[in-house]
Amino acid sequence: MTRAFKVLSFQAATLLACGIMMSTIAAMTKAAPAPAAAAVSIGNFTFKAPVVTVKPGATVTWTNGDDIPHTVVSKDGLFKSKVLDTGDKFSFTFAKPGQFGYFCSLHPHMTGTVVVKA
Amino acid sequence: MFDGDDTGRRDFLKCMAWAGTGALFAVSGGVSTSMGLEAAIAAPLKRTGATTPFTFVQLSDSHIGFNKPPNADARATFREAIAKVKALPQQPDFIIHTGDVSQLSRDVEFDDADQMLKATGLPVFFVPGEHDMLDPDGGKAFLNRFGKGSKGAGWYSFDHRGVHFVALVNVADLKPGGMGNLGADQLKWLKADLAGRPSSTPIVVFAHIPLWTVYAEWGWGTDDAAEALKLLARFGSVTVLNGHIHQITQKVEGRIAFHTARSTAFPQPAPGTAPSPGPLKVPPDQLRSMLGITDAMFVRGHDRIALIDSTLTA
Repeated sequence: MTRAFKVLSFQAATLLACGIMMSTIAAMTKAAPAPAAAAVSIGNFTFKAPVVTVKPGATVTWTNGDDIPHTVVSKDGLFKSKVLDTGDKFSFTFAKPGQFGYFCSLHPHMTGTVVVKA
Repeated sequence: MFDGDDTGRRDFLKCMAWAGTGALFAVSGGVSTSMGLEAAIAAPLKRTGATTPFTFVQLSDSHIGFNKPPNADARATFREAIAKVKALPQQPDFIIHTGDVSQLSRDVEFDDADQMLKATGLPVFFVPGEHDMLDPDGGKAFLNRFGKGSKGAGWYSFDHRGVHFVALVNVADLKPGGMGNLGADQLKWLKADLAGRPSSTPIVVFAHIPLWTVYAEWGWGTDDAAEALKLLARFGSVTVLNGHIHQITQKVEGRIAFHTARSTAFPQPAPGTAPSPGPLKVPPDQLRSMLGITDAMFVRGHDRIALIDSTLTA
């Protein structure tokens, strides 16, 4: 094998590797990876984003925009906010994958879900 | 009690209720009749049986601490409501408060309400609303002050001049996706409380959230209310008094009359007329015509309980 061919084949391999990497990145972009943080506003007695999807380790922040206090309480006891008066915020970081349903313990018809996946 | 054209009076009642002026609601044999507030006050109370007529007042949803539109000072309007009670021609034997005493269950809110009510010199019986359950211990602050001697989350009963009063709590341990909730423990207690009482005993039940479904989309009802109503069905006269929705609604089902009172703090929209419940932002000059008190008259052996709703302007 000549030296020139070796360089060429190395370059080809590098190009191929780059191509694979780029297509992988493209595929990942198409799949819209779960974000590392999310915000859920509360208004008109509803969680404005009833389902949010985030990746493990992401923090979700709820903000109460109503004139009436609300709470954010998980159905399985994982998290529970204090009472949120107008403008108050509550954040929780989701370490593990899963589906986490929650509701307002004052107005239990208000419900939402956080989906955590890699 | 009140003779006349029932249909005409019912229409008048609806009209008056929604116009926010005082009207007297009397229930006779399952048919609602009504007459104007002034005439009702002027009408003599016929005394029959051994029990003397008496009145009590319902206050509701004082939301002490609320300070946003349409009411910058819910303390001031509560004080006006109490002044209205003191000005009643016949002083009530006691007051019931059907919950949401406070806005955020803060000690200062409970204390201010307590002091204002104590100034009446009248006994006051409370049930909590969901706004009274917001302390870190989920209602203990309310119970320590207003629920001494009560059971569970704050339920109890008492007798007054031959009438059995039952205070129920439907704002504790609410379930995701649900409405108000009484729970198995309370229903078991209610069954035992009513057992052995003659069906002729007049019953008054009071709780914060309506014990019938006013509007499910806004959670304005109680999931297991039917269980309680089943236990009450055998009694000849049952009156259910609620708050929570900050407006007058009423219904008669069999021998049970349901009624919700106005708030003393702020009105809420009629069911389905807004994107959500919450404070109805009315102009300042209209606010007091949408707040008020309910005066309940009981005449033994004469008729059902008669309820006079009057506003802070009336």
